[in-house]
Amino acid sequence: MRAIPARFVPALFCFVLLLTALSAAQIKPWDQIQAPPLPAFTPPEPVRVQLSNGMVIFLQADHELPLISATARIRGGSIYEPASRAGLASLYGEVWRTGGTKTKTGDQMDDFLEARAAKIETDDQSDSTSISLDCLKGDFDAVFVMFLDLLHNPEFRADKLELAKEQMYTGISRRNDNVDSIVHRENLIIAYGKDNPYARVAEYATVATVTRQDLLNWHQQYVYPNNVIFGITGDFDPKAMEAKLRQAFESWQKGPDAKRPDIKFAEPKPGLYLVRKTDVNQSSINMLDLGIERSNPDYFAVSVMNEVFGGGFSSRLFNNLRSGKGLAYSVGGGVGSGWNHPGITDIEMQTKSGSTVEGIQGLDGEIDGLLKNAATPEELKRAKDNILNSFIFQFDTPEKVLHEKMSYEFYHYPLDFLERYRTEVEKVTADDVARVAKKYVHKDRLAVLVVGNDEEFGKPLSTLGPVQNVDITIPPPPASLMQQGPGGP
Amino acid sequence: MKRWLAKLTCLLLLAAAVPLAAQDLASYEKQVSVKTLPNGLTVVLWRRPEAPVFSFFTMVDAGSAQDPRNETGLAHMMEHMAFKGTPDIGTTDYAAEKPALQKVEQTYAAYEAERIKRVGQDPQKLAQLKKAWEDAMAEAHKYVVPNEFGRVVESHGGVGVNAFTDYDETAYMYSLPSNQIELWAALECDRMMHPVMRDFYKERSVVMEERRMRTDSRPTGRLVEQFLGTAFMANPYHRPTIGYASDLQSFSATDAAEFFKRYYVPSNMVIGLVGDLNPDEVLPIIERYFGQLSNTPKPVELFTDEPPQNSVREVKLQDPAQPFYIEGYHRPSYLAPDDAVYDAISDILSNGRTSRLYRSLVRDQQIAAFAAGYSGIPGNKYSHLFAFYAVPIPGHTTDELQKAFQVEIGKLKTQDVTDDELQMFKTRSKADLIRGLASNEGLAEQLAIYQTRYGDWRELFRYLDRVDKVTKADIRRVSNQVFQDTNRTIGVIQTQTASNKPPAPAAKGAE
Repeated sequence: MRAIPARFVPALFCFVLLLTALSAAQIKPWDQIQAPPLPAFTPPEPVRVQLSNGMVIFLQADHELPLISATARIRGGSIYEPASRAGLASLYGEVWRTGGTKTKTGDQMDDFLEARAAKIETDDQSDSTSISLDCLKGDFDAVFVMFLDLLHNPEFRADKLELAKEQMYTGISRRNDNVDSIVHRENLIIAYGKDNPYARVAEYATVATVTRQDLLNWHQQYVYPNNVIFGITGDFDPKAMEAKLRQAFESWQKGPDAKRPDIKFAEPKPGLYLVRKTDVNQSSINMLDLGIERSNPDYFAVSVMNEVFGGGFSSRLFNNLRSGKGLAYSVGGGVGSGWNHPGITDIEMQTKSGSTVEGIQGLDGEIDGLLKNAATPEELKRAKDNILNSFIFQFDTPEKVLHEKMSYEFYHYPLDFLERYRTEVEKVTADDVARVAKKYVHKDRLAVLVVGNDEEFGKPLSTLGPVQNVDITIPPPPASLMQQGPGGP
Repeated sequence: MKRWLAKLTCLLLLAAAVPLAAQDLASYEKQVSVKTLPNGLTVVLWRRPEAPVFSFFTMVDAGSAQDPRNETGLAHMMEHMAFKGTPDIGTTDYAAEKPALQKVEQTYAAYEAERIKRVGQDPQKLAQLKKAWEDAMAEAHKYVVPNEFGRVVESHGGVGVNAFTDYDETAYMYSLPSNQIELWAALECDRMMHPVMRDFYKERSVVMEERRMRTDSRPTGRLVEQFLGTAFMANPYHRPTIGYASDLQSFSATDAAEFFKRYYVPSNMVIGLVGDLNPDEVLPIIERYFGQLSNTPKPVELFTDEPPQNSVREVKLQDPAQPFYIEGYHRPSYLAPDDAVYDAISDILSNGRTSRLYRSLVRDQQIAAFAAGYSGIPGNKYSHLFAFYAVPIPGHTTDELQKAFQVEIGKLKTQDVTDDELQMFKTRSKADLIRGLASNEGLAEQLAIYQTRYGDWRELFRYLDRVDKVTKADIRRVSNQVFQDTNRTIGVIQTQTASNKPPAPAAKGAE
């Protein structure tokens, strides 16, 4: 008796298992695979602390690896510098660190830090400067002491200022060697205008005027807790770290608020601009206009439009001009956005010299297409899926979340902006996309910059309209610099 | 150059990615599952459940060093074709598309046979054959759903969809939400099994544009192509990964399909997977899908070893760009017992503001804006170069840089490095490995590379033992062996003054 059911039961059991296994073991075509729901995931939120002196601190514990990194972002960057001293913020961002502190030279700091595989670095951006640290957690206390010393007592030693100037002169002398660097610089100049602080270019003469006193003054003017957003992430106990940071920063005296310069933005002058470069066999084409601010309620529809038009592997520009016509390796673009100023709308491609005109016409045709039919239902769905289904990658590491929050704080955005972004993108309709396309993309307003070898264009650029030649000759160093002999530029 | 610099960075990571202590390895081993399928495909899976996402890195152990003669650029071309879809993806009707693609190949072969005739080419016939080929392409193109592969990946949340080809390998990568693992397996397996060579000749034009961008229109791109062509004669590292223009205008989809058949076999591939993946659930899915790949033996390694150089070689590029200097010395492959010694040398010479080259050439002599010396030029699977390169400050010459490098090399040969320098190398190696564990993408890449190159991902950690064994005497010994004048190739950009004639036009694509 026993033998039969005993055999029977396991056999039945096996049979059921086998069935399950068979159905699960199917190899399905890609379009018949049903993904299970994504497990719920709440990204770790950093703790926000505001000290009585105005300094904002974000703490984001992350215990996976025995590391700690921190950044202080300070209001005031290259757009704050006087035009006659273009390059000042860049020199400051370099010499702050290399110039050391009152009691330690930059070289002594290097020896100390590198022996611990640790870093303290300073840097500059258009609207801020920063000082950061990165170390193994066991070295944090010692590295943090040095970080505070550099924050409060920088020395900006003259020899390091000279060294940094040499580096900048080298950069200036080489800035027309590569197409990328020409395009980056001239795009800003054409889109914003040459006198706009965002487009300013450091020259030999402006760099030469910067003195050690300028760097000391800069520090004196901007580095106060009320101008600082400090973020720290890594393997620490948040309570203990908060206490440590409070102790380090509470007594730091408030100073004047950094006053952002008032900058006027005017649309670029439409037309064709040519930078002649004879040692290339490929033209770089950039169609430029002012973009929008991210705080603009249209930002979400613009994001979807950009995804349809020029973002990723299945955008129109990629499909039609790269895959369809084989005209370009590099092609893309859309309406740009800045946190607190208009971004640059840039529709760009690189194509062989002989197809320069064809390339411009190709981009023109795509813009016409965008204005006529901004997004088909399939394109709208694809673009929104791209954004929404990959949304988790905006916050899949604690460090990403921390940096997002620091940006929102810096630019006075709501701290839940990322969540709002998702909600708003979900609501975008085809009509919205068509509306923002018409509102922000204007073919007749575009300034078209071509960097290339016009002798090989075949069909001349002038067949498309009057061409304005852009002179990129580097202004020579002032006589005072030339007299320094070898070592000067 | 960008590719080359990216490769350098990658090698730097590798070089620095040195093993942790044994107890760390033991703790990490628990998170890793390795599975080799009966067909030879190896999967290394690191479970890292920080967020419900994952990244993968598919590494094919074939790069441009495997390009057939007269077909430079083919490995890279195949990489582009892996995004063009399969019979199930990227087509409206594969049954009709297949013969149309065969017709493209037939008409191209006929056109190409006439095009390459050295004597007796008939222009009229050539034009007819070209038209027949173009008509065939237009016919085949009717069935194409462009970039459907990329669209499917991206609309399911894929980010970082990309691939690269270098001298040593071809690799594919992206990241997805972790619930899409089965879709990933289906898509990745499908393209590694049945890539369809659709729109091949249009994509060849795209690659030609890539060549113009990376090589022809960049001063350092122009120099490096010539420099490597001079430093290597027999070793395939002398040929550019991107391919020579004339090869890019002649090889066919049939050639690419043959390359695929030979090298894209499971025993020649490793996949690194990192993220929120439960091996008990994921490995069976991978076995099920990737088990379909046919069991083909690993391709036979065909390789010519570089003979001893025994000569001084130099390339001087007359160019409108500002001066640049590079000099390279042949060294053995990454499998050399002294591999970690070379890493110690490059760390001591080049890593950060305490490095010798920074302190000497940049800080003290103020003749260079940048100076460094690294292995891995242009790959490291085979014997390759340890190269020094520098950018001079205005007013200083490449001759000064050359002399300054010789002084630093002389010091390595005649004096021991300091205790502090050697210790710094060992400390940084360990810290850099820890930092390298922080991202899914980076870790997936390292697992796949170490598994392929050493047959065991654990070498990523065990490498620390080799680093720890490096002595001052090793550094002197290796420096004396390798940094010899007759083992050196020099590459220089010499700036043409305005009075000189402009350079010959860069290579034009005669498409």
